[in-house]
Amino acid sequence: MDDFTWRVGGPQGGGIETAATLFARAVGKGGWWVATKREYHSNIMGRHSYLDVRLGRKPVQAFREKVDFLVALDGETLARHLGEVREGGVLLYDPKVLDLTVHKLPMLDHRVAEDLSRRFGKADPGLKDLLQAYVEAGVQPLPYPFEEVADRIGAELGVPSLQARRTLNTIAVAASLHLLGYPLEPLLEALALQFKGKVLELNREVAEAVYKEEVPRLSFQLRLNGYEPGRVYLTGAQAAALGKLAGGLRFQTYYPISPATDESVYLEAHTAFQGADVAVVQTEDEIAAVTMAIGAALTGARAATATSGPGFSLMTEGLGFAGMIEAPLVVTLYQRGGPSTGLPTRTEQGDLMFAIRGGHGEYPRLVLASGDIQDAFLDAQKALAWAWRYQTVVVHLLDKFLASMAQSLPKEALEVLRLDGEKRALPRGEGFAPYERYAPSEDGLSPFVPLGTPGGVYWMTSDEHDPVGHITEDPVLREVEMEKRMRKLQTAREEIPLADQYTLYRDGEVLVLGFGTVKGTLLEALDHLEGVGYLHLRLLWPFPEIAPLLEGKTLVTVEHNYSGQLADLVQQETLKRVHHRVVKYNGRPITLDEAVEALKAVKAGRAPERLVLRKGV
Amino acid sequence: MVELKLADYKAEKQPDWCPGCGDYGILSALQMALFELKRDPSQTVVFSGIGCSAKTPHYLNVYGVHTLHGRVLPTAQGAKLANPHLTVVAVGGDGDGLGIGAGHFVAAGRRNVDLLYILYDNEVYGLTKGQAGPTLGLGEKTKSLPKPNPQGRLNPLLLAFSAGYTWIARGYAYDVKGLKELIKEGIGHRGLAFLHVLQPCPTYNDLHTKEWFAPRLYKLQDEGYDPHVPPGLTPEELDKKMAHFQEKALEWGERIPVGVFWKAEVPTFEERLKAYLPRYPEVYPALGQREALDLEGLLQEFAL
Repeated sequence: MDDFTWRVGGPQGGGIETAATLFARAVGKGGWWVATKREYHSNIMGRHSYLDVRLGRKPVQAFREKVDFLVALDGETLARHLGEVREGGVLLYDPKVLDLTVHKLPMLDHRVAEDLSRRFGKADPGLKDLLQAYVEAGVQPLPYPFEEVADRIGAELGVPSLQARRTLNTIAVAASLHLLGYPLEPLLEALALQFKGKVLELNREVAEAVYKEEVPRLSFQLRLNGYEPGRVYLTGAQAAALGKLAGGLRFQTYYPISPATDESVYLEAHTAFQGADVAVVQTEDEIAAVTMAIGAALTGARAATATSGPGFSLMTEGLGFAGMIEAPLVVTLYQRGGPSTGLPTRTEQGDLMFAIRGGHGEYPRLVLASGDIQDAFLDAQKALAWAWRYQTVVVHLLDKFLASMAQSLPKEALEVLRLDGEKRALPRGEGFAPYERYAPSEDGLSPFVPLGTPGGVYWMTSDEHDPVGHITEDPVLREVEMEKRMRKLQTAREEIPLADQYTLYRDGEVLVLGFGTVKGTLLEALDHLEGVGYLHLRLLWPFPEIAPLLEGKTLVTVEHNYSGQLADLVQQETLKRVHHRVVKYNGRPITLDEAVEALKAVKAGRAPERLVLRKGV
Repeated sequence: MVELKLADYKAEKQPDWCPGCGDYGILSALQMALFELKRDPSQTVVFSGIGCSAKTPHYLNVYGVHTLHGRVLPTAQGAKLANPHLTVVAVGGDGDGLGIGAGHFVAAGRRNVDLLYILYDNEVYGLTKGQAGPTLGLGEKTKSLPKPNPQGRLNPLLLAFSAGYTWIARGYAYDVKGLKELIKEGIGHRGLAFLHVLQPCPTYNDLHTKEWFAPRLYKLQDEGYDPHVPPGLTPEELDKKMAHFQEKALEWGERIPVGVFWKAEVPTFEERLKAYLPRYPEVYPALGQREALDLEGLLQEFAL
């Protein structure tokens, strides 16, 4: 078996997150490359959540439409994921849920319950009916009484039921791996990564007890894949945080918001770790987050903030301020479903145009987007370096999918880039002639002098200003300063290596264009397609000069938003028509299968101009 | 550093305020205070919001940052935290600080970053020609207003107190000497200092003019009021202090007090930062590139 996806679903707060991490580490310890996708509600506990762990013989960063193995820790999972297990796949469920009916699942969306009612021609189908439907779809159901097993093992070990049931996640993982014929040893190693002390001991004993049980042999088995040390397993938010530290971040501000908070919380937990020395301040709102980061940057500190759509909306006045006073500022923008509060915990790429254009007036800014976890780490460093090089706003785009996705990768993939290029003036010693901070220059860059530099007194103002920073409304000075600022965009376009602007992974008569987290899915899709190429855009603004690459191609964009914002941008910047827009905006990431199917349709000439992908639960 | 003269703290730029504006007095007081405290101009930053008063930094020969409407406090706090060696003064009007910036005003109190915030209070939005500010009383009608003010008056001192400002004072724009002393004390205070300055607007506010204020103002300290709140007070003693503060903060009309209302010793945000940044403030963010980051060590928790 080369390609395998294990899914665990259950109520939020019930340990399914721990279960997925445990499973990923257990197969990782057996030498498999893994990636984990997380879907959850904006809720603390009780609402449905699920995670997919996909493994492969090479690094994985795309997810399948159907899974091979579904662990349903509750009845709701059975109802929601009907049709999501492949033919020949396995469903591991607790038989006690079979007494329930669809309308007795309190957290199930009415829409899903109604669909099931229609499908089964009953007012209130029972979960027994659903189970039958799984069987008819060729899925092998395996009843497994998770809580009973916990109680029994607990009794054997002399542990109270309440405590034993806290190991349900370990039981679910152990039962799955045992059924798959996977050895116990890597699971024990994974447990040791996850737990400590008495909790570890108990979970270890529980796993061993599960492995002693007789289980049916499945038609497919999971073997070891040859463990190699030197791999890491981390999320996109953690990679971005680490990348910021590697890029010299010394000051981070944030206001709590899903899904951006994970990054700042990671930094908060590691402020004093191994020389990180990063101050993290939780502010009263995103307006304060952005302006406080700007204030810190003015002193010479590498400063940044992280947010999601609603917070970015509040930050736009701060972005313009940074653009106007030429403050180096990084905003890490974790996109989520919009507009307004939208889908707080679901993915989208709906802020592309907003990141490029948001705010009143015109000022230079750079926008880059990360496609995967390695990118998130490297791009965070580039974002900081570019903010300081060009003394302006750099928006680093990620999204919820990437923020919460975890992936194993070789440690070497997390390379410290040691980028430089800051243009700073040296202190000039004594004297009181104001410093010409905004002196015009050919490349638009004027040497930066941090607040507190001896002899370098000058002013900064959000008003239009003269070279020393005093307010002016003079038409000539306005032109001089506006042109100086905007020249930085051209300088950036010329200086930034092409490899950091875009990557043509493969050329083809059908050329797919994408940015951000469609990358992993599209790269794997190429393996299943002929005559289809992929051009991945890394720098979205200033927009790279890609027009020559598009000549004579059938152009397709693939993106997570409604209107096809990338398509609009490509057309605007290259004057080339995008022939097909593949879009998805239901908050769920595009699967490998969806991408392959859509692009096959394009290749075969049977795709409409606009193709909406609608899969996912 | 060479010996500086008072004039060295003044920038070449000429103020464009209306004749008789209270801003002139505050500017002079600030310039004199910085001079008397012998602050190094290159280690001093005056931040401002937006409005007439917010032009202040341009007229002082120290680093000046004229920020956004209402955002002076978060910007100033960011700079001070990143470089705790700077002397930081933030200035702005009543609309800037207590209207659009009210959320930041409150949050700043909870932090207690070591800086002085001077609020120029003329009760009107001058630069947009005299709309009602958050400190104008309910039903009051300045000559710039078409109708009496339908919104109530916010009390800056009480708000600062509930937010946690650790030094609270009030001054008067035309009492330059008194104001200078208050500014000096506010800059010297360890923690967040709030200086509320009563300031006539001769162009738009015909209610609270120089003539209106003159007979009403009196100095708290002349009447033996003691603002100091030493640590270790019993709850009863603290209650008494707070009641006295409240009484004075609410006094408005026939008699209006100026002077220091409250002075408490509370750990600053910088000191609180030390709890998770053990090397702060010796190693502070503005120092720039750190020593080599131990990425290997950081990656250990992610090892497979």
